[in-house]
Amino acid sequence: MATAQNNNAAARQVREPEFRQGFVYLPLIAGWLVPGAGHFLLRKWGRGALLSASIVSMFAVGIAMQGKLFTGVHEILDILGLAGDLSNGLLYVAAQLLGLGADQVRVTTADYGTRFIAVAGLLNVIAAVDAHNLRTGRKS
Amino acid sequence: MFRPSHFAAVVLFALFASVVFGITMRETPRRMIHYGIYCFVLFVGSAVALSWAMYFIAR
Repeated sequence: MATAQNNNAAARQVREPEFRQGFVYLPLIAGWLVPGAGHFLLRKWGRGALLSASIVSMFAVGIAMQGKLFTGVHEILDILGLAGDLSNGLLYVAAQLLGLGADQVRVTTADYGTRFIAVAGLLNVIAAVDAHNLRTGRKS
Repeated sequence: MFRPSHFAAVVLFALFASVVFGITMRETPRRMIHYGIYCFVLFVGSAVALSWAMYFIAR
C-alpha cells in the first residue's frame, strides 16, 4: 500500500512541469508584491502581462488623479482603504517612498483616484490568488 | 494632474477591472475574452442606467 502511494507520488512529481515544483506559495507572494509576477513565474506570459498592465495602469491613473494613499488609520473606514492600498504590494511602498499621492482629497477626481488605487490593490489580490490556483492545479 | 470626465473615469475603471476579471474568472482564452467584454458592458451599462435614474429622481 505504502509502496503504491510512493510510486504515485513519484510519478506525479515526474509529470509536474519544472515551474510547478518548489515553494507552493511563491506565485501568491510574488503576485502580491509585483502585479503579474505570479503568472510570470508560472510562464503564463500573456496573462501576466495583461494583468500587470491593467493593475499598474489603474494604480498609476489613481495616483495621477491625486488619489490619497492611506498611511495610518484615523477612522474605522480608513482600515479598508489602508488594506486596499497595502494590497498593491511594492507599488504602494514605491509610491510612499517617492511621495506620490495626495494627503487630502480636495477635488472629485481625487476621490475617484483614491478608489482607483484601492481597487487596483484588490484586483492585485485576485490576480495573486489566481496564480496560486494555477500553481496548485486548481485552475488550468 | 489628470482630470478625466466622469464617463472617462467609468470607462477606465471598467476596462482595467474587466481585464482582470476575464483572466482570473475563466479558464480558456475565448471564454476570458467573452467574460471580459460581458463585465465591461455591465460596468458601463449599469453606470449609465443608474446615472439616468438619478437624473430623473433629482428632477
